[in-house]
Parts: sequence; C-alpha cells; structure tokens
Amino acid sequence: MTVKRNDIKVGDSKTQVVFDNLTRSQIVMYAGASGDYNPLHSDEIFTTKVAGYPSVFAHGMLSMGATGRVLTDWFGADGLTKYGVRFVNQVWPGDTLTATATVDAIREEDGIAFADLTVSTTNQDGQPVVTGTATARLDS
Amino acid sequence: MAEQRFPVEASHILMFARAIGDPNPAYSDPDSPEAKAAGGIVAPPTFSMASWQFQDEHPLRPDPAKPWFGSGKEPTGRVSSGGGGGGGGGGGLHAEQHFEYHQPLRPGMVLIATTKPGKTWEKESRRGGTLKFSENVTEYRDESTGELVVTARGVGVRTERPVSKEA
Repeated sequence: MTVKRNDIKVGDSKTQVVFDNLTRSQIVMYAGASGDYNPLHSDEIFTTKVAGYPSVFAHGMLSMGATGRVLTDWFGADGLTKYGVRFVNQVWPGDTLTATATVDAIREEDGIAFADLTVSTTNQDGQPVVTGTATARLDS
Repeated sequence: MAEQRFPVEASHILMFARAIGDPNPAYSDPDSPEAKAAGGIVAPPTFSMASWQFQDEHPLRPDPAKPWFGSGKEPTGRVSSGGGGGGGGGGGLHAEQHFEYHQPLRPGMVLIATTKPGKTWEKESRRGGTLKFSENVTEYRDESTGELVVTARGVGVRTERPVSKEA
C-alpha cells in the first residue's frame, strides 16, 4: 500500500468526507473504545446544565482519528512516521467533516524517502476543526 | 512518572477502528490486501490513546464506588472541577496531540507506557479567558524487547469559561 516516491509530487492532495452528520452514538462508540468517558462527550444533561455548553461535543481524538483516514488510505495503515494536530474548533453532533492532506515536501533521510504533509479537517461551514502535519514513508 | 501496562488486542483494535469510522480492513482482516501490505493487522495511528482503558483508576471513567461528576438523578454527582477535566495533556480540553511512530503497533504486543509531565504555559483568549496549557509526553515501549513503538505528546488546556462556537 505504500506510495512510491516517483508516483507522488509536492502539491498532490487528497480530500475525503470522514463523517457525514456525526451522531451522538458515534461519539459514544468512541468513548467506549478509547476509555475517555468524559460526560462532556456523552451526557447532554451534564454538558448543558452544569458545564454550560450548547450540547455534547466530540472528543478531539475522534476528529484526529477520523482525519487519519485520509493519510492511511493514501500511504497505508503502517505508512506514517509522524502525525500531529491542534484542535482548533469543537466538533458537534450533526457536523460533516472533510479531511484534506497535501504534500508539502518530499525528502530523503538515510536513504529512505519521506513525504511531509499538511492535514486539515473542516466542518460543513468551512471552519477548520483539526489542523496539523504528518510524515509518511515512501517506497523507492 | 507513571508507568502502565497496555495489552494490545485485536478485538480492541477492531472496536477502535469502528469508533473512528474507519472501515480499513488493515485493522481487522489479516487476509485483506490492506493488512498484507502492512505486514499484518496494525492499529490505527491514534490507537495508543486507548491505553486509558488499562489504568486501574481513571478520573474520566466512572467508578460505581465513587461519586461521578456526570448526571444521574441530578445533572451532576459532584461539584465539577471546571470544564470537565480530561484531554491528552492532563487538564481541561484537549488542545494538541502529536505522535511519532517507531514501528507498527500490532495485536499481541504488550506496551509499557511511561508518562512524564512537560512544559506549562498561559495565553489570553477572547473566547475562553486565561488559557492554561500543560503538556505531557508518553513513551510506549514493547514489553518484550524494550523498543520504542510510539511516542505521544499531548497538550491540554484549562479555560476560565466554556468555549464553543456560540460563545
């Protein structure tokens, strides 16, 4: 699944819808799988009445995990050497998330080629929710 | 410096992949071309966060023997510590998360996670008031070889008031 160095160039980009109308149940699934049971993500009563938010919202790590799809579908499930993001806006139930990865640089280190990428995920209003960078290993 | 054992299991990887909405068979089907290309089933890039499941106690996991800050009969079981706690950085909301992958993370591995606190800093924000950031770094090593598998750096932020798009 690894991408060959000659099959990719700076500026190449892939975009993918990773969630269409994100559901509260999906967020609950993430809580159960990850072990992050913070009520802010699943308990509407606590989150609105006590914490003061308009509704529950997704774990940042759910958005980061979903965003990773655009990278692993492109470079393989074991293709990344680095992946980092900032959580810049919250993700709410009903949001549609579109992830984009773009090649910034291709470089070689100890005889191995790598692609450095920018990643960003936006919601249905075009607001970024996750922005970051990743590095993927390339085949020679 | 907290140290913790994290057995990596195939069924947990499957559940986690479903939870992030990723149908890639590399996470579940060893006979798929995607898994074969990866040298067998691997865990998704953010899977190491699920090590929280294996902590004996976690402030963000309800314990029936203790009051829980989420709702039951009342909207909260105890006074909130302000904003709910949590985040990979160890407080408030999760601001940043960074991973370095040293080798593929596979079912059957047992990881030993070691977490160290990192930097702390403050910033003023129009939306959230004074923001207090704190960082931690977790190294996940293969118990059988001692080799690094994943390094994770999380940044958490505590806000003075709730932050949302409507604030």
